[in-house]
Amino acid sequence: MADAAPPSKSRDLDKLLLRPGNLVGPTFDPGVQLRDDLQEYARVLVVGAGGLGCELLKDLALSGFKNLEVIDMDRIEVTNLNRQFLFRLEDVGKPKAEVAAKRVMERVSGVNIVPHFCRIEDKDIEFYNDFNIIALGLDSIEARSYINAVACSFLEYDSDDNPREETMKPMVDGGTEGFKGHARVIVPGVTPCFECTIWLFPPQVKFPLCTLAETPRNAAHCIEYAHLIKWDEVHSGQAFDPDNPDHMKWVYDEAVKRAELFGIPGVTYSLTQGVVKNIIPAIASTNAIISAACTLETLKIASGCSKTLSNYLTYNGVEGLHTKVTEFVKDKDCLVCGPGVLIELDTTVTLKKQFIDMLEEDPKVLMTKASITYHGKNLYMQAPPVLEEMTRSNLELPLYDLMDKIPKDVLHATGTINKDDKKSSGLRKLRVVFKGIDGVADMDMAGGA
Amino acid sequence: MAEPKTKYDRQLRIWGEQGQAALEKASICLLNCGPTGSETLKNLVLGGVGSITIVDGSKVEFGDLGNNFMVDDSSLGQSKAKCVCSFLQELNDAVKAKFIEEYPEALIDTNPSFFSQFTLVVATQLVEESMVKLDRICRQENVMLIFARSYGLTGLVRICVKEHTVIESKPDHFLDDLRLNNPWPELRGFADAIDLNVQDPVAHKHIPYVVILVKMADEWKTSHGGTLPSTREQKREFKELLKARMAATDEDNYKEAIDASFKLFAPQGISSDLQQIINDSCAEVGSSSSDFWVMVAALKEFIANEGGGEVPLEGSIPDMTSSTEHYVNLQKIYQAKSEADYLVLEERVRNILKKIGRDPHSIPKATIKSFSKNARKLKVCRYRSIEDEYNNPSPAELHKYLTDEDYSIAVGFYILLRAVDRYAANFNHFPGQFDGGLDEDISRLKTTAVSLLNDLGCSGLTLTEDLINEMCRFGAAELHAVAAIIGGIASQEVIKLITKQFVPMTGTFAFNAIDHKSQLLNLC
Repeated sequence: MADAAPPSKSRDLDKLLLRPGNLVGPTFDPGVQLRDDLQEYARVLVVGAGGLGCELLKDLALSGFKNLEVIDMDRIEVTNLNRQFLFRLEDVGKPKAEVAAKRVMERVSGVNIVPHFCRIEDKDIEFYNDFNIIALGLDSIEARSYINAVACSFLEYDSDDNPREETMKPMVDGGTEGFKGHARVIVPGVTPCFECTIWLFPPQVKFPLCTLAETPRNAAHCIEYAHLIKWDEVHSGQAFDPDNPDHMKWVYDEAVKRAELFGIPGVTYSLTQGVVKNIIPAIASTNAIISAACTLETLKIASGCSKTLSNYLTYNGVEGLHTKVTEFVKDKDCLVCGPGVLIELDTTVTLKKQFIDMLEEDPKVLMTKASITYHGKNLYMQAPPVLEEMTRSNLELPLYDLMDKIPKDVLHATGTINKDDKKSSGLRKLRVVFKGIDGVADMDMAGGA
Repeated sequence: MAEPKTKYDRQLRIWGEQGQAALEKASICLLNCGPTGSETLKNLVLGGVGSITIVDGSKVEFGDLGNNFMVDDSSLGQSKAKCVCSFLQELNDAVKAKFIEEYPEALIDTNPSFFSQFTLVVATQLVEESMVKLDRICRQENVMLIFARSYGLTGLVRICVKEHTVIESKPDHFLDDLRLNNPWPELRGFADAIDLNVQDPVAHKHIPYVVILVKMADEWKTSHGGTLPSTREQKREFKELLKARMAATDEDNYKEAIDASFKLFAPQGISSDLQQIINDSCAEVGSSSSDFWVMVAALKEFIANEGGGEVPLEGSIPDMTSSTEHYVNLQKIYQAKSEADYLVLEERVRNILKKIGRDPHSIPKATIKSFSKNARKLKVCRYRSIEDEYNNPSPAELHKYLTDEDYSIAVGFYILLRAVDRYAANFNHFPGQFDGGLDEDISRLKTTAVSLLNDLGCSGLTLTEDLINEMCRFGAAELHAVAAIIGGIASQEVIKLITKQFVPMTGTFAFNAIDHKSQLLNLC
């Protein structure tokens, strides 16, 4: 496989991968083998094929990675074209993941990119376990939370509650807004996971409904009144669709009327879209910076060719240029990257009655409509119907039997998490211990299926 | 809706139609189109700059295919400038893209007037000697210049512009200008007409906090010899007073008043940054002064006269709990004062223009208005020449950086980036550029770095062996990911320079991809 004879296509990368250095990672083993292994074995998943995702795919393809996959549920829109450089006007309407993968493969020979045009929740958990590193190019907290929970679910702890290195699924995560952005490295069990530092992403402030209804003061209040109150009054039963131009126009017209009524200036069509769709301004340069920083860290994690970012980089180009590295610390009680929620059960407990129902009540889980997997095996699936039917018969069986009578082991539950009056799809790792079993087996014995 | 406007929607929300128009008028010249240059231009082409001209004399080699997305297998052996240009054109057909197959160094030496046609030159991967020459040319021709360089896991970005002035600096967090401690008659009159002790609970909880604070300040002053709270104890007492006036514990307007009371305690008058600008010798204007400095001169007069020590009022107010009627009226009062201040300033601008022998209407109303509203946020950035930076180093600054743990790697790379250029001038290749003789390269680079440190007045200091080894290991590699970061930063700075919005970096950005502790070195 190795083509040592010059000229080499990886002329520049070779300097970093083939030569020894002192300021490198602990596992760095420079040489042709390292370069070739990276090309042959390293598998990276890019989550999101938008502003960051396009850059990530290009950067990874030109940083020695040849096995890439990308997942994105969106289709290309005109407003993407000022930064998502893999897309052209004639691509509008096509799936982002597919076009992005195709364009990068056209330009960088030897790279294979598998696109997945679907929601991240549509893939079963094992899909994500297939990658060495997951690179996140997302714009929502919910999606980051979900992938983070999935990656952390693979993490196993030994009997002393120390994380087992071979089960760590590293992630790199980027985000941008205008001239600002962040890049971070998450190694579950070692660095804080997304959930440990969720406070970094304060929830979006919503206007109180009474302000919208009674004392509007600015253009945004008028727009949100039309969008959240007036729409439902007039269109009983018809859901508002932000991607439907007629709907948007209606909201705009209503907002203008309301603004005139109250003498409030500033309602424009552009602002209406911005408020209703919560549009975050985005430009090519910031996405390029953040994605490339994430790619560098991916390369370092995979090869050890330099030290890694520890663990959170912020970039701010608004007033001059400010970059800052912050070393955040893990929350040792984190429900997501910690050893898992401990649940003690009797051996007679059945999957449905006392277990799945109990998850709705457990204050640390609060999950409804839970699907349960055990080392990749579906114990019960809520959907799709065919899987539900196949696994339904398990519902009345004792969980102890379904877990092969192993007294202490880990289960994964996916479902709807109800937290702070908010519903979101989520995943929880559950450490199930059966009471009254002698000679409790070590967790280590419960090998992966 | 027109397609171009929709395409640029996400950036128009940042720099607006005016910023976009400035970009579309700009003509950019790129020197060298390796990945650093190509990535810089990619971001600018996507954003819709007017025209690009790529200057590069090299042909696409096999190694280029591994670090540059703008070339592909079919480009092998062809002009790199041509290949990169044609890919960039594909990204945005509104951009006029052309290329010149020539080495930038040759152009700098033989045809310096070539550069005068551009708004801005992005010079990538140049060595010291060419940088000094190009900077001299661009300063003379009044063309903005930005250097970008990627080198292994380091690199630098440096702006070279004599002076860059900003009216719309658009800072993220800036204290609003409410004049609570110095209300003008109309604001006071508005507050006077509102009764804080109104019985109706709905009316009580919809009095805007601006009114609460203006009135409570008056009340406080009456019992405190006409002065506002100044000590910590007094400020605490004042907040207690506010709390005591709440009719119910859920009154958001009073909570906002307590939280905003620091605005009342803030000192009157202008910031030290602005003081520095109006004291600048450029504010003594003459016929050749720029519009910006003419307006600063007018501002200086305004502050000394009508402003009574304050700048023209900005006029916008933050959202606050209030009835619609109160809020809208309050907005009108602030806007009216802002408009009146602007008219006074405009008059002063016109008079100054007349005095210095220029058309009194040569500065558009909209510009003066924007200046008036942004008077507190003005910025002036100046960059000394590369030649001056090299010939007159700042040993004290360098010394400080070299002994600071957070800076030492970044400044070490800055010195080594200069050392490799000296090295290359002597040995005709960069240290570690070829695979043989690495040990010899390391010791030569070390000697070069020691002598450079000497010249910089830092003879007692050394760079770590590890860092020197690392620099040799890099062997002048232009890694794609590093180039994308450096190019990304360069393009962001270009946008700020061209739109004249936001504040460009001041100093030399020394990139450190090892642990990302990059630094902006205050050497220029």
